Amino acid sequence: MDDKKDEVYGDHISHKFNDELMELKAEFLTMGGMVESQVENAIQALVDGDGHLAEQIRLNDKKVDRLEVSLDEEATLIIARRQPTARDLRLVISVIKMVADLERIGDEAKKIAKVAMTLAEEGHAPRGYVEVRHIGVHVQTMLHDALDAFARLDSTQALRIMKEDKRVDEEYQAAARALLTFMMEDTRNISRCMSVMWVLRALERVGDHACNIAENVIFMVEGEDVRHTSVEEAERVVTG
Amino acid sequence: MNTMNTTVTSETDMPEEKTIPVADEQPAEAKIEEGTTVGHPFSDDPKFKLRNVEVFYGEDRAIKNISLDIGRNEVIAFIGPSGCGKSTFLRCLNRMNDSIDICRVKGGLELDDEDIYDSRRDVVELRARVGMVFQKPNPFPKSIYDNVAYGPRIHGLANRKSDLDDIVENSLRKAGLWEEVKDRLDATATGMSGGQQQRLCIARAIAVSPEVVLMDEPCSALDPIATARVEELIAELSESYTIVIVTHSMQQAARVSNRTAYFHLGHLVEVNETSKVFTSPEHPLTESYITGRFG
Repeated sequence: MDDKKDEVYGDHISHKFNDELMELKAEFLTMGGMVESQVENAIQALVDGDGHLAEQIRLNDKKVDRLEVSLDEEATLIIARRQPTARDLRLVISVIKMVADLERIGDEAKKIAKVAMTLAEEGHAPRGYVEVRHIGVHVQTMLHDALDAFARLDSTQALRIMKEDKRVDEEYQAAARALLTFMMEDTRNISRCMSVMWVLRALERVGDHACNIAENVIFMVEGEDVRHTSVEEAERVVTG
Repeated sequence: MNTMNTTVTSETDMPEEKTIPVADEQPAEAKIEEGTTVGHPFSDDPKFKLRNVEVFYGEDRAIKNISLDIGRNEVIAFIGPSGCGKSTFLRCLNRMNDSIDICRVKGGLELDDEDIYDSRRDVVELRARVGMVFQKPNPFPKSIYDNVAYGPRIHGLANRKSDLDDIVENSLRKAGLWEEVKDRLDATATGMSGGQQQRLCIARAIAVSPEVVLMDEPCSALDPIATARVEELIAELSESYTIVIVTHSMQQAARVSNRTAYFHLGHLVEVNETSKVFTSPEHPLTESYITGRFG
């Protein structure tokens, strides 16, 4: 924790309350880091055809699930003990929501790992890896930046991530169209191309969850809910 | 001696603003601009119109240029650290401060467009319209019946015994106490539990058909169950009365009020919808207080 965050959440009369909020933040970032690695390794396992790495991801997902339960429990206890208000309340509520997003990102990584295991046995798909790498890097950056925006309480960075989500959607649509065309040209590859299509879909969902995290960061910092609003509206909230 | 002021000062007619530093323990970025309240201090349908109110205890200025509307049939909560002036301000609303010799009240204070501090005003009649419930239950050492019947009797609200019986029953019913005491109306009120005594005081206040009920920390001496009953009562009473409640319990303010007013060192810092105050307050001092960073 740097000093800036201590200033925001660490100056209650009750030091124990400070500790509880700090721990909640720290544990959330630990879970975020773990999920980031899961996504990175899942893409690596797919591209390299590494069944062993894919199996490791499946096992690690249980750790992610345990962290989700643990964080929910911590947040519930803070509400019960402290009845947080204002920025503290927004932190706790946002963490509860963002934890669900992280867990779902973990699930998407597991899905990719399963495809990686299948393709490791059946052989590489003939197309789609370039797109997987490209979209993979894009959504990994979004996730990393979303967690960074949370850590630094940076709503401007969170807004940038919201804008990026549209580009990921466009990239996904373009990649899906390209794969579809290839499958129509050579029906023997449908099965393996469909597997890659699922991977692309999973990565696009990772981008959506990163975007959800960014929206929650804006709520935490600015106190306004920007879910289901336009990017322009979110921009108005952030820039004032 | 109270300073009379029959002129209502408009919102735009504020004295020149000046920025004053706040005490060391508060956030450095938090400044109070005297006479300026963030949020929504004014109402479209005010019961009370309070403008540029100042209260002095001798030379000490306890309330510093506060302007606020209290809406008809709204529940407004006054919160703030001890000594911030919220009880002093509350007591201006039915001239309870009159009993303090060194206390002077300045500014425009109107109830239904009539000056509260007009020298010709009958204070007894004012207090019948603006009832008060105190921190500590203070029933008279009389029977339960006589406690509730006291006000209607002195105000001549009932000509016959049956009318008085009706008033007592209705008041006790509104206060949620009737079922508990209907078989022992002659029992002494001081033998009741603390929660029952406080609800009796509320029944006594509403027996004279007030338009406003002021509550000064009404639950601070009560256990959680009795507190829940009083809060339930506040919700029911708000359909017919304007309620102003001073409370040290932020959760209570969040539960019972429509708007919350945050007082600090005699200033009215922020007034906003209660849901906004407790999720994203506008003023950093409000935020620091309600999140437990000072107080």
